[in-house]
Amino acid sequence: MLSRRNPQLNSHGELIHLLSIEGLPRAVLTQILDTAGTFLSVNDRDVKKVPLLRGKSVFNLFFENSTRTRTTFEIAAKRLSADVINLDINKSSTAKGESLLDTIANLSAMHADMFVVRHSESGAPYLIAQHCAPHVHVVNAGDGRHAHPTQGLLDMYTIRHYKRDFTGLTVAIVGDIVHSRVARSDIHALTTLGVPEIRAVGPKTLVPGDLGAMGVRVCHDMAEGIRGADVIIMLRLQNERMSGAMLPSAGEFYKSYGLTPEKLALAKPDAIVMHPGPINRGVEIASSVADGTHSVILPQVTFGIAVRMAVMSTIAGNQA
Amino acid sequence: MKILIRNGRVIDPASGRDETADIAIASGRIVGIGAISDFPADRSIDAAGLVVAPGLVDLAARLREPGQEHEGMLESELAAAAAGGVTSLVCLPDTDPVLDEPGLVEMLKFRARKLSRCRLFPLGALTRKLEGQTLTEMAELTEAGCVGFSQVDVPVTDTMVLLRALQYAATFGYSVWLRPQDAWLGTGVAAQGAVATRFGLSGVPVAAETIALQTIFELVRATKARVHLCRLSSAAGVALLRAAKAEGLPVTADVSINSLHLTDVDIGYFNADMRLTPPLRQQADREALRAALADGTIDALVSDHNPVDEDMKNLPFGEAEPGATGLELLLSLALRWGADAGLPLAQTLARVTTDPVRVLGDAIGSLASSAGRLVEGGVADVCIFDPAAEWPVTPDRLASQGKHTPFAFASTGMALPGRVRTTLVAGTIAYEAA
Repeated sequence: MLSRRNPQLNSHGELIHLLSIEGLPRAVLTQILDTAGTFLSVNDRDVKKVPLLRGKSVFNLFFENSTRTRTTFEIAAKRLSADVINLDINKSSTAKGESLLDTIANLSAMHADMFVVRHSESGAPYLIAQHCAPHVHVVNAGDGRHAHPTQGLLDMYTIRHYKRDFTGLTVAIVGDIVHSRVARSDIHALTTLGVPEIRAVGPKTLVPGDLGAMGVRVCHDMAEGIRGADVIIMLRLQNERMSGAMLPSAGEFYKSYGLTPEKLALAKPDAIVMHPGPINRGVEIASSVADGTHSVILPQVTFGIAVRMAVMSTIAGNQA
Repeated sequence: MKILIRNGRVIDPASGRDETADIAIASGRIVGIGAISDFPADRSIDAAGLVVAPGLVDLAARLREPGQEHEGMLESELAAAAAGGVTSLVCLPDTDPVLDEPGLVEMLKFRARKLSRCRLFPLGALTRKLEGQTLTEMAELTEAGCVGFSQVDVPVTDTMVLLRALQYAATFGYSVWLRPQDAWLGTGVAAQGAVATRFGLSGVPVAAETIALQTIFELVRATKARVHLCRLSSAAGVALLRAAKAEGLPVTADVSINSLHLTDVDIGYFNADMRLTPPLRQQADREALRAALADGTIDALVSDHNPVDEDMKNLPFGEAEPGATGLELLLSLALRWGADAGLPLAQTLARVTTDPVRVLGDAIGSLASSAGRLVEGGVADVCIFDPAAEWPVTPDRLASQGKHTPFAFASTGMALPGRVRTTLVAGTIAYEAA
């Protein structure tokens, strides 16, 4: 089969869409993190705006609800001086039977410059990137179980902020990994940036053995998984998975895999605890840990704005 | 009309004949094979440099009629069959309405006969509306022209119903065509494995196939029913089939051109043309399927033709409708497999001619003795092709209404070997290359 070019890069290897971390060179990731660093100070200014996307229209296309993620993209775009239009599509056009590509064609006709897409199906942003006008950029804001690349990048920013260097780290990702687009993006980013030990921790229903092929060590025992870790990334357990065939109950999950102060004591003394939010207190993480000195959950949110500004300004500056 | 095919390389896989010869055809039958000099032909076809083979017999093609005419129509899809050298095909009952009434089958047979492009052998539904609860009127359906009974892609979840269906079919000697897939494990959109895990696509484990196979084999032991296993997809499934055949169970099997040539890696960047049922598995599976087809453990290669329209493919991978067009690719993909495997041409062609006819058995009546073969006195269903010609698959130029195929030149960059020049069905020309 013909090897096709990674659709998120142009012929010069520059980023034109952000669809997945997978396949991106380390230099591209590092450059986005560096750019994000310069934007952090913008967020501290009185006038929190730079003119990089002035006159551009950014459409937030959320085929799946997420007020939080949508808001962070909206803030990031507005701080770049873009015009932002929010569309919760599951409530409007698809309910009337309009196809995904018809929606995209209509919005393109309104001279959109960038689509920020969240969709419940893995790969949907690829379809959109293939079918939109050449000048339009696509940012994947989470597709099915596949990828959430801006979350992955903000997690990397956070780790670099606290740990400086990736090459000596042990990172444990804990919880519902099989259904997690955040975990997949984190794993690709961590391997690309040179983290030598990435552990995927959880029961066999949520952490299948196939994950080993992504370059992680699969651990079904929580103590083994977090022992000596520098970074612990806890994942959100979705309500619908808390009891059923995947898990018997949220309580039992907490007992085995919830991050309590006792379990956290197994990690390095200076370990950081991360979570993509929103957190389920007492399900995957104890309140005392979420609010404790190791937690960097709130700084993650702050960094997220700067990282999304960096992603949007980077891809808008590159032409297909 | 009297037709003389001259100087072709005549290959009849059933008898092993492979020699340069002429073929004389009159009144729809082959009247002579050899050096023929005094035949008063109305039409003479120069086949020098070409292969003259039996018309292909495809055990799995969806024509999307009745009910899904936007996806394909009898006329276009039978034209596609003829263009692909396919002279007999088995069509599947998952139409709308489902082929569970004799009247529907008769209408389909009648319309196909009027088009006279390809012989049509419908499978009837095994259960009414394919709901897996009530048996269809199998005797009536057989009288109307059904050659067997199938659930297509809808597994019977109630094992008691499956047992009864096999018992009933075995009573009358009807064959039952089942795709081995567990209803619960089979709900994913890609094969379970590293690719599905990486892409975040829900996976179908190999156990979906092997559990279903084990169940079917147990029921075959109990009922002695004749079962044809459709679209095997895994190495573990092949191993179970091999053991079942060694035991002497009355089972046969096929594999699709897609599973024979592709793996899940070909999904690339969520290419919906690779959304197929069964899902593409890994390389070890593909190698096992290829070896099993070569040694005859798998009896037949099928196109698994399923025209899917643009709107149903231009969707995210998991929402896209499974299926690919295949009738016009069957010959070329058989030839490519045969060349890769280093098989003699006759053995390659056997898997798309005489072997599928053996699977059909006496369900096709007197045709059983001559369809898929080139024999004097037999029906003149013939495929004349150029084995040296290579062609790039250009979907827009296919006769089928289905324009989606994983083998399009634009995505593979590879041309396919073998081009059909002329197709004859019952001694009349069904297709001629421009």
